[in-house]
Amino acid sequence: MASNLPLLSILIWLPVFGGLAVLALDTWMPGRAEQRLVHWLALAVSVATFALSIPLWTQFDRATDAMQFVEQVVWIERFNVEYFLGVDGLSMPLVLLTTFITPLVVISAWEVIKQRPAQYFAAFLIMEGLMIGVFSALDGLLFYVFWEAMLVPMFLIIGIWGGKRRIYATVKFFLYTFLGSVFMLVSLIYMYALSGSYSILAFHQLPLGITEQTLIFFAFLAAFAVKVPMWPVHTWLPDAHVEAPTGGSVVLAAIMLKMGGYGFVRFSLPITPDASMALDWLMIGLSLIAVVYIGFVALAQQDMKKLIAYSSIAHMGFVTLGFFIVFAAFANNPGGSGAMLGVQGGMVQMISHGLVSGAMFLCVGVMYDRMHSREIADYGGVVNTMPKFAAFLVLFAMANAGLPGTSGFVGEFLVILGSFQANFWYAFLAGTTLVLGAAYTLWMIKRVVFGEVANDNVARLTDLNAREFLVLAILAFAVLLLGVWPAPLIEVMDASVAGLLEHVQQSKL
Amino acid sequence: MENIYLSIVLAPLIAAIVAGLFGRQIGRAGAHTITILGVGVAFVLSVLVAKDVFIDGAEVFNQAIYTWAVVGDLTMEIGFLIDPLSALMMVVVTFVSLMVHVYTIGYMHDDPGYQRFFSYISLFTFAMLMLVMSNNFLQLFFGWEAVGLVSYLLIGFWYRKPTAIFANFKAFVVNRVGDFGFLLGIGAVLMYAGSLDYVTVFGQAEQMQAQSVNIWGEAQWSALTLTCILLFIGAMGKSAQVPLHVWLPDSMEGPTPISALIHAATMVTAGIFMVARMSPLFEFSTAALSFVLVIGATTAFFMGLLGLVQHDIKRVVAYSTLSQLGYMTVALGASAYAAGMFHLMTHAFFKALLFLAAGSVIIGMHHVQDMRKMGGLRKYMPITYWTSLVGTLALIGFPGFSGYFSKDALIEAVHAAELPGATYAYWCVLLGVFVTALYSFRLFFLVFHGKERFDAHTREHLHESPWVVTVPLILLAIPSVAIGWVTIGPLLFGGAFGTSIFVLPQSDTLAVVAEHFTSPAGFVAHGFMTPALYLALAGGVAAWYLYLKRPDIPAQLQDRFHRLHAVLENKYFFDAFNEQVLARGSRFFGGALWRGGDQGIIDGVLVNGSAKAVGWIAGISRRLQSGYLYHYAFTMVIGLSLVLGWLLIRA
Repeated sequence: MASNLPLLSILIWLPVFGGLAVLALDTWMPGRAEQRLVHWLALAVSVATFALSIPLWTQFDRATDAMQFVEQVVWIERFNVEYFLGVDGLSMPLVLLTTFITPLVVISAWEVIKQRPAQYFAAFLIMEGLMIGVFSALDGLLFYVFWEAMLVPMFLIIGIWGGKRRIYATVKFFLYTFLGSVFMLVSLIYMYALSGSYSILAFHQLPLGITEQTLIFFAFLAAFAVKVPMWPVHTWLPDAHVEAPTGGSVVLAAIMLKMGGYGFVRFSLPITPDASMALDWLMIGLSLIAVVYIGFVALAQQDMKKLIAYSSIAHMGFVTLGFFIVFAAFANNPGGSGAMLGVQGGMVQMISHGLVSGAMFLCVGVMYDRMHSREIADYGGVVNTMPKFAAFLVLFAMANAGLPGTSGFVGEFLVILGSFQANFWYAFLAGTTLVLGAAYTLWMIKRVVFGEVANDNVARLTDLNAREFLVLAILAFAVLLLGVWPAPLIEVMDASVAGLLEHVQQSKL
Repeated sequence: MENIYLSIVLAPLIAAIVAGLFGRQIGRAGAHTITILGVGVAFVLSVLVAKDVFIDGAEVFNQAIYTWAVVGDLTMEIGFLIDPLSALMMVVVTFVSLMVHVYTIGYMHDDPGYQRFFSYISLFTFAMLMLVMSNNFLQLFFGWEAVGLVSYLLIGFWYRKPTAIFANFKAFVVNRVGDFGFLLGIGAVLMYAGSLDYVTVFGQAEQMQAQSVNIWGEAQWSALTLTCILLFIGAMGKSAQVPLHVWLPDSMEGPTPISALIHAATMVTAGIFMVARMSPLFEFSTAALSFVLVIGATTAFFMGLLGLVQHDIKRVVAYSTLSQLGYMTVALGASAYAAGMFHLMTHAFFKALLFLAAGSVIIGMHHVQDMRKMGGLRKYMPITYWTSLVGTLALIGFPGFSGYFSKDALIEAVHAAELPGATYAYWCVLLGVFVTALYSFRLFFLVFHGKERFDAHTREHLHESPWVVTVPLILLAIPSVAIGWVTIGPLLFGGAFGTSIFVLPQSDTLAVVAEHFTSPAGFVAHGFMTPALYLALAGGVAAWYLYLKRPDIPAQLQDRFHRLHAVLENKYFFDAFNEQVLARGSRFFGGALWRGGDQGIIDGVLVNGSAKAVGWIAGISRRLQSGYLYHYAFTMVIGLSLVLGWLLIRA
């Protein structure tokens, strides 16, 4: 039994120290980067982290909504801050998503990143540890530390390895997200003042009046809405994606956005259930705007990364929609499965979006490495020169358009079924993604992949090499597996989602 | 039995995977051998299943294969429902698919994407079988979208052709409009019946009928009517009913074998099958049936008219398919589900035959598809000629041919229907008979008779197609003649569908038709007393007169009625409207939201505006401005400490 090991701590600190080791190796043994020693070390660390995260899945008790793999020691005694870690069905899949995506990012950067590769890999490894920290922290202050610290490596990744307008993008990214999260800190401190502890689980039980709940709700909303991102605080994302290097885009889309969604189920819903219920119309409205408005905006994009970035925002709209239809679903169809479908759908959508958007950004990266362009107009007929790549891209595009049999379908399907039970028109507006998602995704595919070879640059393209093939094949396998058989994933979340729904139905007033 | 059903779906799937992923290793012969083997296995086993169901009267099989997901109390499964309805579809799908596989060896002989093509059509067979064998709405939707995916891949099979990749994009998006309705329909099923399992949901039909819902204003809808109409919107997309029909004619950009398999015989009939499957729901909603009836009738008549002005041989057949799908839909609306399914089956055979014959002509003409450049092919391609004649006679409903039985039965049933819109529907399907005969024989005469309108070079190379092409034609011609005689009795009047199709006694229009049904021969004799037969003959004669006897007249008519001709030529302006208004409008709207909303208001005014405001304030307190990010962050932390201090003091 590995359960005696502090597994979560290992998962957090192994990549962090691994990242530092990569830096140390590069500093004290210069020239090793050319021999790919730092590459192999980074890969070893990320693969080891993934391997060590597997027990989280295999030893997870699916019958309980209690926290598991708990570690709890006093950190700052004077303020009752604890080093308190643990995962439940809501956070464990996100930890696994993080450990699964990071090795792929490392492999995808193998020979592409020529400038300071050691620092690049170190940034990703350190960021991995911090992100796992975010998903497993159960102490509010610890959570906040991870939440903010994680911005630094991402800030560096975009700022150093990014594109031409990287400075504008990094400042926008940093200020947006930092500004959002200071309000969260105020709320955390306020609740500490009330409860005398930073334990998030204690916050869940904290009795709060409606005014307090409303203020706290908005404070959290500022932090989480920016991260998701929800309309109208989403405009940093397309800029950040366009300027970020491929790996940065992948982690941003696949993992970092999920922190916003995770925040809603870990903080907003259980801590402020009455405010959430009173303001669910706002959240549903913003989510539906994200689906419809952003769907149209995506149609107008000329830059592939921007298009996928906008498509991400629309897809994340399903996450927030699924989470906040629960009250209307309870009211409109008591005894129905609407609320369960909504939250489960939102959770599955987060995992699936992590795989699909990550894969889409990797695909754009593959093309960008060869052509140094992200403009749709510079491409055309890629299938003629890159047939294997085209097959992968069409598969991921179909997953992005929510085709059944791929993971992209599962979350959208559950959320639409759930929102029908809340209100016909919620389902109607959410359902427009079937048309809009297909239109913007496949129109891009039509212009990029199909047709005659458009120009000499496309004619000179070479198909995937073994490294790229491996990364895309792993993701394709995961996307298909989750689409054909999502039951295991839904099963691990089941008890926690049910527990959450039971909790939010209890008024704190 | 479960293993047999699994083998039926898995054999084509495995063949598709092998041919798709290892096409280069197994080569061309390997690819067609393995896929034909896979589909052949599925066909033989389907026939055995059909024998069990229809002849030995096996019990209905309804069982889950595996659990897809469990959400709360809701279990979503993948499973099979094998009853007469699915057994019939399985045989039709695997038989036509097998014919098309064999035919493809000849048709795609020189194509560089040979293995890929076989992989796709086998994958299609798998998806279509999953659709028809499903026992629940989830899997139905899976199959529904999966056949759409393969259709997308196959229409765009020749991906260098700009028209093909436009057509497949259009097909997918238009189908998604239908699927949008369909998915909402599934949402409605879950909401009002609390399950996605067919049998459970069907048991709730009356309860759903009694529930009233309010979705807009004060109007109260029956939950069942809402559900059925939403589901039918899905059928309108897949079965190409007006106004979601626009993708089907363009889908002819794909290779001909798939036009026969997917866009005539099987996939496009999925909507018909679905409504027949849902008969226990539709039966309780007169409003939904009326809607189905009117949409079907409109499609049947008005799409047939468009077939009259097309010059591309495949497009004529495509419009004919639209019109015939309308016929099937009308039958469903008239509660004659069995007649709709019967016409689906006969149509699958004779329309696949007509498409493959058209393909044979196209091979002979070296990929010329314009009928104005054909003529007199009869003596060069005798087998294609005679099999086409069989297909044409079946299509127009010539007495004794399969199409006669199915079309006549459904026209009679519509005649007996009493729903709102039934009279309109009756006239549409009746006049449609004349139109059908006219465009069918127009095609037949223009292609096979009259003057040869091609050059000497083409004539030199013109010869009958190879046996892999002609054998499927002959094998499809046999059921096109005979299947009606054999099956009309049991399917329509003998209750062969058993409990799989449900009809309320008061709306049982086929029972009215049954009153004067004694035997197939008697039914043929009865046909001489109905107007439909004479309309069909009139259509054939008119075609002969206009296109063989006096070929100058059509041009004169065209001049005389140029306005009407323009309407037909432009396909009632559906495409123009969709492209100019919907597609361009959406792109414009998206651009406006992006430039105006995102870049203008949010970034321009709010974000950069705040930044400017900060800059202005900072201008006053310039000394605090260092330009370093960490200074700003530090300021924020100080501010926070103040708030924190205040809170602590207050607490």
